[in-house]
Parts: sequence; structure tokens; C-alpha cells
Amino acid sequence: MLLLLQYTLIFASVLMLVALGGCFSEHSGVINIGLEGIMVIGALGGALMMRYLPAGTSAFMMIVLVILAAVVAGAIYSMLLAVAAVTFNADQTIIGTAMNMLGTAIATVLVKALNTAADPNNVSATIQYFDQKKAFYVNIGSFEFSWFMLIAFIVLIVSHVVLYRTRFGLRLMACGEHPQAADSVGINVYKMRYAGVLISGILGGLGGIVYITSGVSEWKFENGVAGFGFLALAVMIFGQWKPMHIALAALLFGLMRALSNVYVAFDFLAALNIPGFVYNMLPYIISLVVLIFTSKKSRAPKAEGIPYDKGSR
Amino acid sequence: MKKNRLLRNSGLQSLLASLMCIVVGLLVGYLMLLMINAEGAGEAISTIIKNFMYYPSGKAQLKYLGNTLVKTAPLLMCSLSVLFAYKVGLFNIGAAGQYVVGAGACLYMALALNLPWWACLLGAIAAGALLGALSGLLKALCNVNEVISCIMFNWISLYGVNMLLTSVKEATSPYTMNVKSVNPGALLPGMGLGDMFSKNQYVTIAIPIAIVVSIAIWVLLEKTKLGYELKATGNNKNAAKYAGMKENRNIILTMAIAGGLAGMAAGLLYLTGFEQWSCSQASVPAMGFNGIAAAFLGGLHPIGSIFSSFFIQHITAGGAYVDKTLYCAQVSDFITSLIIYLCGFVLFVKMALNRRLDKHDEKLAANTKEGGNK
Repeated sequence: MLLLLQYTLIFASVLMLVALGGCFSEHSGVINIGLEGIMVIGALGGALMMRYLPAGTSAFMMIVLVILAAVVAGAIYSMLLAVAAVTFNADQTIIGTAMNMLGTAIATVLVKALNTAADPNNVSATIQYFDQKKAFYVNIGSFEFSWFMLIAFIVLIVSHVVLYRTRFGLRLMACGEHPQAADSVGINVYKMRYAGVLISGILGGLGGIVYITSGVSEWKFENGVAGFGFLALAVMIFGQWKPMHIALAALLFGLMRALSNVYVAFDFLAALNIPGFVYNMLPYIISLVVLIFTSKKSRAPKAEGIPYDKGSR
Repeated sequence: MKKNRLLRNSGLQSLLASLMCIVVGLLVGYLMLLMINAEGAGEAISTIIKNFMYYPSGKAQLKYLGNTLVKTAPLLMCSLSVLFAYKVGLFNIGAAGQYVVGAGACLYMALALNLPWWACLLGAIAAGALLGALSGLLKALCNVNEVISCIMFNWISLYGVNMLLTSVKEATSPYTMNVKSVNPGALLPGMGLGDMFSKNQYVTIAIPIAIVVSIAIWVLLEKTKLGYELKATGNNKNAAKYAGMKENRNIILTMAIAGGLAGMAAGLLYLTGFEQWSCSQASVPAMGFNGIAAAFLGGLHPIGSIFSSFFIQHITAGGAYVDKTLYCAQVSDFITSLIIYLCGFVLFVKMALNRRLDKHDEKLAANTKEGGNK
């Protein structure tokens, strides 16, 4: 039971971080389908940092530096979307799709090159961080507490406050609802959209590193992040673009994901004999059903996905 | 003036834009190779571009050209699926999922139900069409954005098909059983095409079928009333409704056709026996997403898609031949995804080009006017 709780919380943290990132981007008016790719690049940045930090690094420094690496990598990568979608009016769906493929490709090519350079017989795209990842975990009894859970919680509170209680957040949301109106009162729509995408890059990158350090101690970059970016997108929609609702949705979807990992440990679930595939499918099915019932009066930002054109009315 | 008019041709513009994407994509790929290892980079990029020409003997070249074509057929179908929906104003990111259910249907029908190839192929088309229609239905009736519903369906179908095909997988591996040994009747007929490619048994009627379908799609879109109606619906749903078209029916129909094309793509690949499905795969196959690349690189034209699909498959296959002690095969994925990324800029480049031409024309017109007044 403790194991289920632990997995639920850590998966929920990942989903919450990434979905909140997506939430900022969409509120600014840019659809971010590329979250999956951003997660991969963030994970890559963090994993490389873990690999090259000297063995004696203190736990605190390890946490700070790894997070920094992941966040910076995610932020830089997200600029690919911002430049294309905000400055060059590119189709956001194409760019996002390309970014997802590009992220996995970059990570695989880089890690394989590094591995092969270090040892000619090693052609895998795997990075190991068995000792390094211990810095992120603290054992409380038999419960493995991860600092990332705390960080995700803080990010949630901050997101809520920023979005609804600050000048920046309200302006950001205005750009996603009616950019022309926002522009007419002197808000720089382009800057705001860059900011929204940048935040999604930061949080997406962070989510990436949290994901690859949860449960496993090595990561095969060929696999990308196995659809977690898309699941986060589902969380964001299920949460109707509101941080607090996103948190609840993340907990629910995290539970499903955790169940698919550990359902065998529960007698009554194992007795039902439902294949693990079903638990993997459920989050997507639930969000589809939610979409069916809510899309008629969707809470999605009205201007999302439409490149801002100063001249249009 | 004459040169200008040539540049105004939107077909030529698309071609130029696509070539630009390819050149820039290859260039950045080359830079990446240089960064990894400066000495082998030139050879590696030429290996990727050469692909089957890597082999010295003509016979082997033909055989591997055949292999490239075998995988070009499904890619072409996926790109048609994306293209068709896009022409009607829908973004079919679900081609990947429709491809997955197509694979599930045809393999299950071939391996578990022992049906002949044409039934399996029809099954694949039907499965894809059904999934596509479902997305269309949700869009038409419940206003669910097709991109989002398609993404959800992609993953639902992946897990569903993994579950379904586990019943027909080999006992010791995660792969489905070999179609050839279990049910040879389910293999697409070769019609002697294989002999043309140095006895490549995987070269089947799939390739001509794919080309015929792309021409059919062009005819449907450009020369028929239905195609006109569908495009009109895509341009402006309300105007189409006002003109008496059934806009909801058109959306559902479009997605069904797009889905059928993607489902057929899977049938055309898995019924050749070229690949087996891995029941433990954790990510949606890239074929559908590469279809997006091929569609946009082909300038959103069914005939252009034939060439762009071949090109993308060509460099993807070429990636397998790079010197593995220095680089890895995924370099081609890197180049392909870069090309899709660059395709996002095509519209902007076209607009900028047209704006410049306009300016140029205005200037020219002003000059001649002045001259006339004198």
C-alpha cells in the first residue's frame, strides 16, 4: 500500500509539473503539444549533469545542479516552439509534433555518441545514475520521500498565485483569451507568449528529470518519456486549465499509472486479472469521456493555437 | 517580369520551400555529425543520402531499394491520411493511432482467424476508418478538438492493440508470430514484382496500390463534387452549412477516409511479413508521425507525397548504414524531425516571398506609370 502511495505521489508530481507548464503556455495562447519532447530534453540535461558531477558532491549541491541543468535544457528547447509559433506564425501543432520527435532523436544521438566515445563497445542510449539519484530521496520509515514531491507542491501553490493574483498572470491569461484586446491596453502579446512557452519549458524540463529518477536508476533515451508528456496534456485538459483542478487530476492519473506498475501486489486487483494495459489505457479513456461532456462549453483559452496577427480584428 | 511570374506559381514555391527544408535539415544533421566526430562526418552524411547505393553490386542495390520501397508504401499512405484531413481543415495527428489499430486488425485476422490477405487488408482499413470516424464524430457532435481526441486515441489504441496481439505472439519473444509460417495466404501477393528487385520477397502489390491510391486521392480532392464539398467545409464550416452542405457528415466522412488510409498503411506493411509487431512497445510507432513530415514536405499534394515519402524513407534507411563505431542510426530520425520542424516555417517563407514580389511589382508599376506620364 505504501508503495502504491509512493508511486502515485511521484507520478502525480511529474504530471502536475508538466501539466502546469502546459497550462501557462496555453493560457498565453500557444498550444504546447511538444511537452513530451521538452521532458526528454530536460531529462537529458539532468541525467548528463548527474553523470558528470564528481562522486563526492553533497546531496544538496546535487539536487540544485541537476534541477538547474534540467530546467535550463527544457527552457532552451522550448524556445524552438516560441520562435516558430510566436515570431514566425508557424502552425503550432506541426511544430509541437516535430519537437516530440526531435527531442527523442537528439537525446538518443547524443547519449549514444557519448557512450560510444567512452567505451567503443557500448552502443546503448542508456545513462545510469544509481548512486546519484539517492540524493533526491529520503527514507521516512519504509516510505521513500522524494524532494521532488515537495517541489511540485510548491510549484502548484506558486502557479496558482501567479496566475490569479499577479499582474503578470492576469496579463498572460488575457493574451490567451483575446490578444487584440490585451494589445490595445499596452500589453506586449509577443513577450507574454514567449514567457508562457518559457515557463512551460522550465516546468516540462523539471518534470522530465523527476520522471526518469522515479523508480528506476537508469534511463534508455530511445524510449523518450513513454507518453508522459501526452498524459500531462490529458491532465491539463481534465483539470480544465486551472492549477488546483490540475493537481487533483494529476493525483487521479498518477494513481492509475501507479496501479499499472504495482497492481500485482494487491490480492483483490490481481484476482480481477485485468491486464496492465487496461490501467495504462484508463487515464486516456477518462479524459476523452470528460472531453465529451465538457467540450461544448470548454474552459480552454479562446485564442489558443491562433498565431497573433496585429492586423486582424 | 517573367521570372517573377514563375516565382508566383504556388507549386514551384512549394517545391522550392521543400527543397530548402531538406537542404537545411541535411546541413544541420551534418553539423551534428561534425560535433560528434569531425573525421567521419562527411562519409556518414553521404552514406545516409546514398542508402541502398551503399552496396557495390547492382543486384544488392536493387534488393535494398526494394526494402526501402516496402516501407515507403505505408509511409505514403500515412502521409495521404494526414494530407487529406488537412485539406479539409483537420489535423489528423491520429494517423499514428489509426495505423496502430490497422496493424492490430490485420495481424489478428491473419494470425488468429486465418483469413486471406484481402480480408485482412479490408479489416485494417475498416479498423482505421472506424477510429478516424470516432474522432470525427466527437468533433462534429461534441466539439472535441480532433488533435486532442486523436492523441488520446493514439495511446488507447497502442495499449489495446498490444493487449489484443499478445494472444498471437511468439511464446519466447514479445513479437507477433511470423505471418509467412502461420498463414501464408495472408501475405500480399507479389505478382512477380519481387523478381524485379533481385527476388525481394517483401516487394508486393502494396507499392503499386499505394501509388494508385495517391492518384485516387488527388482525383477525389480536385476533380469531384465530394472533394469540393469537403474542402469547402474545411475552409468555412458555417459557409458550407449555409450553402446546403451537411457539414457534420463531411467532418465525420473526412476523418473516416483519413483513418482508413492510415489503417491501410499498416495493412500494406504488416501483410508483407517485413516486420513483426512488438507487443511490449511503449511508444506509438513513428510511422504516423513521419506521415505528417511526408505530407508537409510534399507540399500537401498527393503526388508530391510520393516523392517526399520516398525521400524520408530513403534517408531513414540510409541511417542504418552509418559507421556504428562513430554514430548511430537515429541520426536520420534527427534529420527527419528537423525537416518537419522546418516545414512549419514554409507558410511564413511563402508569405514573405509573395510580399516581396508584390512590392517589386508595385515599384515596377509605379515606374512604368511615371514613364507614361512623361
